[in-house]
Amino acid sequence: MLSKRIIPCLDVRDGKLTKGIKFKGNVDIGDPVEAAREYYEQGADEIVFYDITASSDKRDIMIDVVRRVAETIFIPFSVGGGIRNLEDMRKVILAGAEKVSVNSAAVDNPQIIAEGAKAFGSQCIVLGMDVKKVDVSGKIPSGYEIVINGGRTFTGIDALWWAKEGERLGAGEICLNSIDADGVQTGYELNLTKMISENVRIPVIASGGAGRPEHLADVLTKGKADAALIASMVHYRTYSIAAIKQYLKENHIKTRMLW
Amino acid sequence: MIAIIDYNAGNITSVARALQNIGQKFVITNKTEKLDTASHVIFPGVGAAGEAMAYLRPKKLDVWLKNYIKTGKPLLGICLGTQIILDYSEENETKCIGLVAGSTKRFPDKLTSGEELLKIPQMGWNSVTLNRSHPVFDNVSPDAEFYFVHSYYPAPSDEAAVLGTTNYGMNFCSVLAKNNLVAMQFHPEKSGRPGLQILRNFCTWRGNA
Repeated sequence: MLSKRIIPCLDVRDGKLTKGIKFKGNVDIGDPVEAAREYYEQGADEIVFYDITASSDKRDIMIDVVRRVAETIFIPFSVGGGIRNLEDMRKVILAGAEKVSVNSAAVDNPQIIAEGAKAFGSQCIVLGMDVKKVDVSGKIPSGYEIVINGGRTFTGIDALWWAKEGERLGAGEICLNSIDADGVQTGYELNLTKMISENVRIPVIASGGAGRPEHLADVLTKGKADAALIASMVHYRTYSIAAIKQYLKENHIKTRMLW
Repeated sequence: MIAIIDYNAGNITSVARALQNIGQKFVITNKTEKLDTASHVIFPGVGAAGEAMAYLRPKKLDVWLKNYIKTGKPLLGICLGTQIILDYSEENETKCIGLVAGSTKRFPDKLTSGEELLKIPQMGWNSVTLNRSHPVFDNVSPDAEFYFVHSYYPAPSDEAAVLGTTNYGMNFCSVLAKNNLVAMQFHPEKSGRPGLQILRNFCTWRGNA
């Protein structure tokens, strides 16, 4: 039986590891390559990097980070943030990432999903979705809206529609981030996660809100997520990945226990 | 010398980095004269069967593989490189290389576990049950899990070619082995320490399982 995946998420700015609370007040807390190594040793099943570097002239720092990570860890990892076109995807994949994640760029130009899937295979293309809860309306029937620019801009796009559209265009996976839950550590958005996961056939990674191991247990069962993204709860060493996995095992959720 | 067959198949750099990590020298090439000098050959792959075969055929790499396997030297197939050593793949309805009798099939749409409809592709970590021991799996725990990402699976017609199976809504052949060939659906280069151990084992294997 397939294991549920536990995926630490590393936000990287100018080549340094950061983690923000609700996308504000980021502080550097270390070297992303060393963090990746530590999580690999601890039993992470995959690693997600988000490059939040603001200036494009510093983007190549990230490519160097990706290259060094690929020489250090032997599990899959993905890179998102600032990926605007096929050339950006190619650079990251050639540097050694298994997957690239597109978020705002796919909202601006959905064809980037199809083009990426054709060039590199669907398994390489992760659709990153930042979602905020809103009132149910004719335009947003699911009550969840896609937001971009780190949660600052509402797009008028319904999250459920967008997830299905991303799948149709060729995304191989969805990384679903609840802006409302992000960084608050009070649990994942279970309703949102369940709704999206039950309505697409591709795997869904739940993101935003993990603070305690029971939050992961909830989203991997009630939320129907295939994988759970974690950040603060491991970055600040409140929990180790091994301890989280042990908790999940005790709660009859299968994860990879040997690494 | 270990040779990795270069056919624009995506995961070549990952395989190369894993070999570097275990201290193994290798070449990456699509030149048959260079491949001829290899002691071991790795046939990796990520992507679609149709495109892969369209790349391999004009370079005669399919023919080269058929001859190579007769030399008795070890061959390791990975993911797509495993799927297209069979006769045929349902992906793009592709005639494949045919080192092993059988075909590569798509997971059925109604793939379920209990009441739950399973995701396609299978993406993530799963275990392998071996039906016999094999030198390439020496020192690999039966509890180890490996990284899979695929919508198609190999289905050899000869049961004897099945070395290991994996359950994903159904049991499928996740490791094929026949004489000097061993081929796996999962990615050893992305499967942590157990995966690196498989690569290490392969590099010292003489092909006489």
